Formats: sequence, structure tokens, C-alpha cells
Amino acid sequence: MDILYFAWVRERIGLPKEQVETGAATVAELVDELKAREERYAVAFSDLSALRVAVDQKLTDFDAPIDGAREVAFFPPMTGG
Amino acid sequence: MAVRVQAEPFDPGAELNSFTARVEEAGAVVSFSGIVRDVAGGLKVMEIEHYPGMTEAALTEIEAEATKRWQLVDSLVIHRHGRLSVGEVIMMVATASPHRGDAFEAAEFLMDFLKSRAPFWKREETGEGTNWVVARDDDEAALDQW
Repeated sequence: MDILYFAWVRERIGLPKEQVETGAATVAELVDELKAREERYAVAFSDLSALRVAVDQKLTDFDAPIDGAREVAFFPPMTGG
Repeated sequence: MAVRVQAEPFDPGAELNSFTARVEEAGAVVSFSGIVRDVAGGLKVMEIEHYPGMTEAALTEIEAEATKRWQLVDSLVIHRHGRLSVGEVIMMVATASPHRGDAFEAAEFLMDFLKSRAPFWKREETGEGTNWVVARDDDEAALDQW
């Protein structure tokens, strides 16, 4: 599965995209797996209320299932316009 | 309906003229342009990051929702990404309808959703460093009115 990071999430984790093998059933479980990896992930995901998530390019919630998903993206609230 | 996400500058006047020319059956055209402004002083560059693929999909979905809610003949959304200077046009929306009420409301709806639901992030570069623009609670609250 591809994991994408944007804006300050990308900066804190230090890369825009990576491939992970995961057994996580939901976004929240994936976040727990990532946080357990290294300090930079734990820091980036320390406050989920400051983050948004998209699964296969659709905005969703942290309790969304990711079974069969190709792409999960994490980013701060959007500031377009 | 059209959505364009691009790094290149565009001329909002020329875009509006060509949009207006192709919506002959509309009695009303409304447009909005967003421009880089230096709020706190010292802004050198506004860098806009986006999520290629999802950006276009999200904008297309927002446009489709506007078309469901209001009587629109056509609509246009153009949004830039990359490095922009103060005074440059970041984005524009245009709506065409038989009625001005629909054109105004649909344009405002497009703007409100584009700000908080299309995956763009602004980063300001000043002489003192860079900082990510923080989403405003007002922008999120604006969605509730729809």
C-alpha cells in the first residue's frame, strides 16, 4: 500500500511517499503501526485532531477500513482558495 | 463544467471572456478571483502544495454538487500550485446561470468547499523563515450554511 504525506506531515516524517506492508484493518490501526516505528512518526501523528486522511483519494475518517486500499494519504486541514 | 489545476499563471480576464462567450444561454455570469496577499508583511513567496489526482477529483465532485443544487449552464474552476508572488492570481471560479441568484450562490458554494475540501496547502515564505498557513475555524464553519 502507498502511504502519502503532504505539507507539514511530509516535512515531519521526511518523505512524501512510501510503500508499506500492513495488516491494519483501519486507518487508526495503520497510524498505530506507523507511530510504533520511529519517533518522527510518533511526533507527526501525536494529535490526530490536527490531521485529515484520504483513502484512495477520498476524504474519510480515522476509523475507515483500508482493506484493499491502494493509497492512504495524511495531511493537515486544507487551505485552498 | 471544467476544472484546471496548473502551475502556470493564467489571465483571469481572458478566461472570463472566453467562459462568457461559450455560455450564450446564460443570463448571468459571476466570477471570483483569489489573489496572493501579504497579510502580516514580509511575504516573499506563497507556495501551494497539492495532491495530484485527488485535487482534480475533489474539485470535480464539488462542481458536480453545485450543478445539482443550482441551475447552472456552466462552471469553471482554475487553481494554481507551486510558487507564487504577492499580487499573483491563485485561483478563479466562474458560474453561469439563467438567474443571478443561482450564479452568485453557486460561486460562493464552490469557493467555500474549495477552501476546505480540495487538497491544497499554502506555505508562506518570509525573510524570517517559512510557515504553513493554518486552516481557519471560520472556513470550516462556512460549510455548515450549505
